[in-house]
Amino acid sequence: MAECHPVGFQWVMEAKARGAKVIHVDPRFTRTSALADVHVPLRAGSDIAFLGGLINYVLSNEKYFRDYVVAYTNASMILSEEFADTEDLDGIFSGLDQERRFYDPQSWQYEGLELRSPAGERDQDLPDGAGAADQAGVGQAARGEAHGSGGAGLPAGQPERDESLRHPRCVFQVLRRHFSRYTPEMVQEICGIPPDLFRRVCELLTENSGRDRTTALVYSVGWTQHTVGVQYIRAAAILQGLLGNIGRPGGGIMALRGHASIQGSTDIPTLFNLLPGYLPMPHAATNRSLDEYIDAEATSKGYWANMRAYAVSLLKAYWGDAATAANDFCFDYLPRLTGSHSTYDTVMAQLAGDCKGYFLLGENPAVGSANGRLQRLGMANLDWLVVRDLTLIESATWWLDGPEIDSGELRTPDIATEVFFMPAAAHTEKDGSFTNTQRMLQWHHTAVEPAGDARSDLWFAYHLGRRIRAKLAGSADEMDRPLLDLTWDYPVSGALAEPDAEAVLAEINGRNADGRPLSAYTELKEDGSTSCGCWIYCGCYAGGVNQPARRKPGREQSWVAPEWGWAWPANRRILYNRASADPDGRPWSERKALVWWDADRGRWSGHDVPDFVADKDPHYQPPDGATGPAGLSGADPFIMQADGKAWLFAPAGLVDGPLPAHYEPQDSPFSNALYQQQRNPVRQVTPYQHPGNRMQPSGASPGSDVFPYVATTYRLTEHHTAGGMSRSLPYLAELQPEFFCEVSPELAAAAGLEHLGWATIVTARAAIEARVLVTERMTPLIVQGRKLHQVGLPYHWGSVGYSTGDSANDLAAISLDPNVHIQEVKALACDIRPGRRPRGPARLELVAEYQRRAGITGRTGMEV
Amino acid sequence: MTGAQPPGGITLADLIRDGLTPLLDRADPAAASGHEPGQPRVGFFTDTSVCIGCKACEVACKEWNHVPEDGLALTGMSYDNSVGLGASTWRHVAFIEQPRRGAEDPAGRPDGEAGGEMRWLMASDVCKHCTHAACLDVCPTGALIRTEFGTVIVQEDICNGCGYCVSACPYGVIERRPEDGRAFKCTLCYDRLGSGLEPACAHACPTESIQFGELDELRERAAGRLEQLHRSGVPQARLYGEDPADGVGGDGAFFLLLDEPEVYGLPPDPVVTTRDLPAMWRRAAVAALTLAAAGVASFAAAGPVRRR
Repeated sequence: MAECHPVGFQWVMEAKARGAKVIHVDPRFTRTSALADVHVPLRAGSDIAFLGGLINYVLSNEKYFRDYVVAYTNASMILSEEFADTEDLDGIFSGLDQERRFYDPQSWQYEGLELRSPAGERDQDLPDGAGAADQAGVGQAARGEAHGSGGAGLPAGQPERDESLRHPRCVFQVLRRHFSRYTPEMVQEICGIPPDLFRRVCELLTENSGRDRTTALVYSVGWTQHTVGVQYIRAAAILQGLLGNIGRPGGGIMALRGHASIQGSTDIPTLFNLLPGYLPMPHAATNRSLDEYIDAEATSKGYWANMRAYAVSLLKAYWGDAATAANDFCFDYLPRLTGSHSTYDTVMAQLAGDCKGYFLLGENPAVGSANGRLQRLGMANLDWLVVRDLTLIESATWWLDGPEIDSGELRTPDIATEVFFMPAAAHTEKDGSFTNTQRMLQWHHTAVEPAGDARSDLWFAYHLGRRIRAKLAGSADEMDRPLLDLTWDYPVSGALAEPDAEAVLAEINGRNADGRPLSAYTELKEDGSTSCGCWIYCGCYAGGVNQPARRKPGREQSWVAPEWGWAWPANRRILYNRASADPDGRPWSERKALVWWDADRGRWSGHDVPDFVADKDPHYQPPDGATGPAGLSGADPFIMQADGKAWLFAPAGLVDGPLPAHYEPQDSPFSNALYQQQRNPVRQVTPYQHPGNRMQPSGASPGSDVFPYVATTYRLTEHHTAGGMSRSLPYLAELQPEFFCEVSPELAAAAGLEHLGWATIVTARAAIEARVLVTERMTPLIVQGRKLHQVGLPYHWGSVGYSTGDSANDLAAISLDPNVHIQEVKALACDIRPGRRPRGPARLELVAEYQRRAGITGRTGMEV
Repeated sequence: MTGAQPPGGITLADLIRDGLTPLLDRADPAAASGHEPGQPRVGFFTDTSVCIGCKACEVACKEWNHVPEDGLALTGMSYDNSVGLGASTWRHVAFIEQPRRGAEDPAGRPDGEAGGEMRWLMASDVCKHCTHAACLDVCPTGALIRTEFGTVIVQEDICNGCGYCVSACPYGVIERRPEDGRAFKCTLCYDRLGSGLEPACAHACPTESIQFGELDELRERAAGRLEQLHRSGVPQARLYGEDPADGVGGDGAFFLLLDEPEVYGLPPDPVVTTRDLPAMWRRAAVAALTLAAAGVASFAAAGPVRRR
């Protein structure tokens, strides 16, 4: 966190100054470790074993917050008899279709609920050839990310519960059994963490959790960029649920983002499978009408039951008066999913010649995405490419100076791709908002006009749309109606005709039938009388005031600081904060009081905006058949969940299992010590089979020893992601001027590497070179009885800029988490050898030689 | 501005008679340099125990002061690629890796207790703005001056590049820029102080490792922080450069360190290099007077003889 989020880390330092203990879990000793009380080095890719070990400690030592667990989690729910755990099936859950590589989640359901037909079956009526990555069904390919604001739906019915938590099939007992073999010894075996160090973490964590104390977990892409990334976070959620650390001050699970508004880019998404506010993008086959879409995607209880109001209001924001009840509010105008259109599927489509045009807006996949070579080869197969960035990044210049030009794979005169570079304005050159990881919107104002041809993204999108609409004007083709009927009337100003960003904010906030700004999403209607560009942002322009622009200093307001910026939903700073009070509505402790039930006024009250129906009595019980928010009791704090509970066990919503289980990374030098099943059985690899994307033998398979080390990629404070914002700047480039790899003195001695000399790092995909930094901060670990050396690789470099170097991500395979299609770049088996890499075609030959030595074919690593 | 005049309006005769000692005793160097009293002396307290090594101070300094980029060389000195303070590096973050004890067996390390683990010390260094600033003493053009804030700055338009200050600095801070010839160093953002702003580095520091303020208050704060660290089991913590009785009369920019100063590349016992100048001058003056007296005496003695 100190490395990548130094500004945010000031608050950790402030907490530390007040006595907080800071534990840092990372393969390397980083700037964060330097300031932490405890540093826990572990093997990259082993965190579920580590977190599972903590969960096992909490359960077997009775360290959980029992009252919280019984009342607020689904620990007491009884599971269907059909459910079989990884303990029963040696590493897989019930419902696995080995052939089609997907789980039918039917058997993961609570007892007593009517079962819905599973997603895989529902998708069978999709058109053939629906896309590269839909082996698991479009429904699954597209739905993993749709839970950014609440969980998946549940079938109708009343689940059975056992509040004594003794029923052998209740979630609590299933959990206990599932994690029973995640012992300190197993943690040592898999992660390389000594038991005494592990015990210290267990003690610090549990001593600091309960009625009076809370612990926060903070993670970033070190947890997510794995073939089981989502399950890492699930493991953290289980731990925090058991410890009662959700919805309470000082608790939570904080996702640190890689860019200033990554949270914003999923809220108002840049993802193929989402509409604003986590409304799923409709399917081509299963969401044929608005009714069908709502029926399939809405929940019956909780606030997601009101999904129709959110969706209709969005359609009204898009198409205004053209959207009427008679025409399904133009639901047919929305694009439909026919398969996975994630970034990696798009690359495969480029390579296959199906994808002809590509927009890159502030993204540098030639450096930042997994398997850079395939990214560049894909772009070389396009008809046209538009790059909008601050400087000429590698994704705009690969045709001139990319590694494939040097290797002779590509010749500049032969490349037919027409590349358009559009210089972009920086955030200081435009108005707009950032949404940070606390879901807080903060406004920024133009400080200077953009120089030269640089323009804001808003300018680009607005004027591009305006010009296209002008070209289509008068068209009678039905296909053009969605564009021509769009509300596209933003006021512009100044010499550049810059659209008014605040007008966009007002549209996002939404308006009532009189055109006046709405103040809360509870005002949204399903009859078309309200419009709202993103239901969770409703209220950000309440009263016609730009709420994100508020900057009242913290010292002039309460410690919650509600008047600094604006946080969705409804300006709540801590989600699910009903959980900060006990079932009767009293704070669990005075020290951790946040919101509480004011019986005299018959309302919830407190420091933060209560995340609950304001006047719902804590003892309210829903009548039979109640739906929506009224379907949840007064003691169900998790109001975006279909049952109002924190899910220790996920009966729906995940495609790779209801519980986290440790699987080895796609390419790993180790066998799975816990199960026969080596890898996540439903990870996404088969759609990316390509000669340029070969996988490696793992564990005990022959050839695995060709790649004996584990590399992990990361960022340095001095640079920003793929380098477009930092390698072009002398003041930053000089602080970390060259690509380097970090190795321990022992690895240096073993591999013959010299400090400040060169090393070549090789995987089945690429060979890259880096200067060698020998440092004690890299710790060899004892894993499964043998010494493991890890290699640290900052991934900022590429072929252009003030500071250049090879790209670490060229080493990575396209092997993805099946829920959210994120690439595994945090744990890579590799080899490292002294000296510079070969030049020209010999570079590819070196990789081919490694493939031969390891016996790699197109089938390697493709096992279920 | 005092320019080329000896500070405090003192004449050469005063200097010959008394040396620099009266100046050195004055607690208020700005006033001693002839500034109107009333402006409190300001400085930096750099608490390295909370430094996260982000180098925001280095970048903010360069941005504000238009200090040029200083070469793209990977040094291999941990994450330190700016090496040290110099003409084009006015804030410098040192990175010191201290391997854990018993590094042989990673499994045999103590259970995470502080002291048993590896340490990575980070510290942002800067010009010390000495109470007795030798650079200022030796500057023949008056380019180096004491400001009304008690800080020491180089006036770029007056410096002639003689380099006397470079060898005079006991910390090795000030340096000539090769392509330019003139000497440069931290100004404690003199141009920001005048507008009521804190220096750029302190403003950019996310963890308040670099604290700017009135020196007296900073010294109080530092003493409190030192006590807190000692209480919480960090006996290695110490202050560096805060003592007005040290060899430079105390620094305007002082530090809290977690190890010996040498570990950070700081001199353990810095002494103003012009300390011995008064004594030398006195000796020279005595020698000259003796010589003159001898001459006079010889004439006096010879006089009558000649007359005889």
